Amino acid sequence: MGGVGAERRPDGGAPGVVIVGGGQAGIQLADSLRTEGYNGPIDVFATEAHLPYQRPPLSKDFLGTADDPSALPLRAEKFFAERDITFHRGVSVTGVDAATRLITSSAGDVLGYAALVLATGARNRQLAIDGAELEGVHYLRTLDDATALRVELERARTALVVGGGFIGLEFAASASQRGVAVTVLERGERIMGRVLSEPMSQHFSQLHGDASVAIRLGEGIARLTGVDGHVTGGVGTSGALYAADLVVVGIGVEPNVELGRMAGVGVSNGIEVDSYLRTSDPFVYAIGDCCSYPNAHTGTITRLESVQNAVDQAKVLAKTLTGQPTEYVELPWFWSQQGADKLQIAGIVDVAGDPVLRGDPACGKFSVFCFRGDHLLGVESVNNTADHLAARRILSHHLPLTVAQAADPLFDLKAYSRAA
Amino acid sequence: MPSITYVHPNGDEQVIEVVPGTSVMRAAVTNGVDGIVGECGGQAMCATCHVYVRDEFLAALAPMNDDEEEMLEETAAPRDEERSRLGCQLKMGSRLESIVVDLPSMQVEE
Ligand SMILES: Cc1cc2nc3c(=O)[nH]c(=O)nc-3n(C[C@H](O)[C@H](O)[C@H](O)COP(=O)(O)OP(=O)(O)OC[C@H]3O[C@@H](n4cnc5c(N)ncnc54)[C@H](O)[C@@H]3O)c2cc1C
Ligand code: FES
Repeated sequence: MGGVGAERRPDGGAPGVVIVGGGQAGIQLADSLRTEGYNGPIDVFATEAHLPYQRPPLSKDFLGTADDPSALPLRAEKFFAERDITFHRGVSVTGVDAATRLITSSAGDVLGYAALVLATGARNRQLAIDGAELEGVHYLRTLDDATALRVELERARTALVVGGGFIGLEFAASASQRGVAVTVLERGERIMGRVLSEPMSQHFSQLHGDASVAIRLGEGIARLTGVDGHVTGGVGTSGALYAADLVVVGIGVEPNVELGRMAGVGVSNGIEVDSYLRTSDPFVYAIGDCCSYPNAHTGTITRLESVQNAVDQAKVLAKTLTGQPTEYVELPWFWSQQGADKLQIAGIVDVAGDPVLRGDPACGKFSVFCFRGDHLLGVESVNNTADHLAARRILSHHLPLTVAQAADPLFDLKAYSRAA
Repeated sequence: MPSITYVHPNGDEQVIEVVPGTSVMRAAVTNGVDGIVGECGGQAMCATCHVYVRDEFLAALAPMNDDEEEMLEETAAPRDEERSRLGCQLKMGSRLESIVVDLPSMQVEE
């Protein structure tokens, strides 16, 4: 694998790197390519017309009353000019021809590429039930979504959240702090059940309950009801009625894979890449929420939705594209802020594995070490950055840790993790 | 308006005026002050907003919480026991009308 080649592009110049998507992954890649010394053309296409911004605050501080209501940018406006990056703001890539290595855009551009990087992210899965189209039914992915929600929160009294995942629960905590009566419907047996261990999910159920968020488990949404086109509530799959003047749907996302299909590369749950983030076409790559890759820590194919994953994949790909082929093996980590409580996850938790408690949940600061047999896979910590950081070191360096050590509050985890 | 002075390792200074409540990290990212990354959006998760606060402003700072304390051990440039803080945890306003911070030589390990 060489670096980025030098052939002609339609405007006469040599083709460079074309990045599709101005999110966390795409912008980091543009930045890292320059840091790694690449000085050819970089074109970033971004459907959203905003200056690229960070998504995590949108379901947290941004929905509160205290903070500055402006989005937190990923980079300052002048970044693109300073780094000589052509930023196609508000312009989508609409076509890819892998044979001639050309993309077309919604603005009519036709541009050749030496490397095409799909960093297209994901979009919200939509509810397909009666009433889904009513006003007052919201999703939360983009700055526009969050701005609309922020406005509605000014007058909402009751909110119904469909889906007990991270985004729904972060919203629930923020809305409840503003005095809105929130009910969360979760179809599964426990909240965040796809990603958290049983004890951690129980703990968060209790925290939300203490904050007066009502959680209904084993309850899906059957339909939404409205008056004059505006939502007034919903009917659960159990037949129960829930009044609400605001509905937030958080039932997961679907990766944006269309351009991968057009390029003729492998697509399943995401655009398929190898450990170098290469698709089946040698000139096409994919990073961030839109790609599924062989995860060195789980030994499975995973598609992650996290800042760490987007940023680290971009950094690794920048190396490969500048002639230093590098495999993506970074340890996944993640956080979620729900009200006053901070959840931090290192590694990937096996929800069906063997959870080991470290510390006492009742004191609000503890961790769950998630083993499968005697093999540590992931660690969840609440309000305990020390454990989280130690876990990151232990997992990244594959340090052995026994169940007894993890459970023993006198075992000095931090010192042990630093011995690596 | 509160003002933040960022001093780069080469001695260059950038002064930015902000509305009260703005953090040292947010002001830097919004205005493109090189040397502050803010990867986690201010959640004390990434330690890429590390700054060294000049001595005369230390007394006016809000105390550190446990998260910040732990995160500061992860900074790419060496931690200074007295002066190192996370820029995202330093909010300008009432008690902190102005501040001068030195930027570390790096925020991310290479
Ligand atoms: C509300 C919310 C809260 C979150 N909280 C956390 C958190 O606490 N911690 C954490 O680690 N992660 C969190 N995440 C996840 C994290 O934000 C994502 O994993 C990350 O943004 C992924 O980056 P990305 O660049 O892959 O995708 P995105 O950020 O989605 O960016 C992709 C961009 O590509 C654009 N695009 C798509 N197709 C095209 C096209 N054809 N042409 C041009 N542009 C196109 C899209 O419009 C989009 O702007 C949160 C996400 C949301 C929505
Ligand atoms: S912005 Fe991540 S720790 Fe401050």
